Amino acid sequence: MASLKDLRNRIASVKATQKITKAMQMVAAAKLRRAQEAAEAARPYAERMDRVLANLSAGMAGRSDAPALLAGTGSDNVHLVIVATADRGLCGGFNSSISRLARQHINKLIGQGKTVKILTVGRKGRDALKRDFANRIVKSYEFTGIRQIGFQQAEDISRNVLELFEAGEFDVATIFYSKFVNVVSQIPTAQQLIPASVPADAGSSVDLGGAVYEYEPDEAEILKDILPRNLSVQIFRALLENVAGEFGAKMSAMDNATRNAGDMIKKLNITYNRSRQAMITKELIEIISGAEAL
Amino acid sequence: MAEKLNFDLVSPERLLFSGQVDMVVIPGSEGEMGIMAGHAPVMSTLRPGIINVDNAGQPQQRIFVRGGFAEVTPAGLTVLAEFTVPLAELDAAALDREIAHANEDVADAKTDAKRQAAQEKLDHLKQLRQAL
Repeated sequence: MASLKDLRNRIASVKATQKITKAMQMVAAAKLRRAQEAAEAARPYAERMDRVLANLSAGMAGRSDAPALLAGTGSDNVHLVIVATADRGLCGGFNSSISRLARQHINKLIGQGKTVKILTVGRKGRDALKRDFANRIVKSYEFTGIRQIGFQQAEDISRNVLELFEAGEFDVATIFYSKFVNVVSQIPTAQQLIPASVPADAGSSVDLGGAVYEYEPDEAEILKDILPRNLSVQIFRALLENVAGEFGAKMSAMDNATRNAGDMIKKLNITYNRSRQAMITKELIEIISGAEAL
Repeated sequence: MAEKLNFDLVSPERLLFSGQVDMVVIPGSEGEMGIMAGHAPVMSTLRPGIINVDNAGQPQQRIFVRGGFAEVTPAGLTVLAEFTVPLAELDAAALDREIAHANEDVADAKTDAKRQAAQEKLDHLKQLRQAL
């Protein structure tokens, strides 16, 4: 049985931990709000981009001169898997569930005899995949020093991906990230980036009043211009969802930790009081039996 | 002027401007275009340049944009731009950075077509720099 001093020390240390987790939870809540605002603000651009793209690609469907970014290279032997996770841990199963989904996908592709290349965004994803697929990782990104992820970062990644694509390094690109549903639920998701997956019904929502779009320069040129941009936008969206998801997960993880610490303090307090009482009783008995013996 | 044009300027990070204006001049890749209410549907890419927003009773707004495209529908004009900066805040140093950026693009271009496109952008920026 632990001595009273040991118990007191443990209670103090658990209390200190609880304070830290509580603070982390509040920080995560504040950051989550910011991340949600950023995701919200980015939505108009992405929506319009989707609409325009759907409009354009409907016209290009089936044409032989459709850009490779839209139509694909014609084969699917080499896959690029982009795994976007957080840079920091302590957010429950957030990072591991993304890596798990990515790992399953990679193993499936390898099983089918495809070549897989991996690009990781975020430190945790790289650490998780390094163990099994170290030689397949072509590039890793980290944003540890950046306070808020901006379009700049997404552009950097997409430029790199495009360079690889143009050099014929891969045929199909898929990004793994976590879709932010709400604070307690983030769903690891896979989204195909190249060839671009176009939302089916986004284009039909624009009513042109019977008129037809005039294209300047022409459809194919615009599409060529837009597709790389679309890639950046899709990556940007995934990154923003990820940031929001990370803080959501962190918030609920830290909330749990705070509650557990509270339970633990309660239990330790009971033990402490009991042993203190037992000690007092013991001393009393000793005094009384000492007096009786006289 | 009775009818007003719905004008949205959107960057990937946020909606920068949304409102009713009289006329917007955008730097289309095939030349400047003045868009007013009731314009025929057009979709055009943009070259780096300046958007002029005219609104009666208010001073003209001039905004520098790079990389993007414009879409005109009966509902209004939407400009999607990757990089925007109000001209009032645009100074020579910022423009010089843009020019350096364009210079890199020219150097990086792998195909002739790309080099030509990058070169055109660079020339255009230099013109802007002189106009400033």
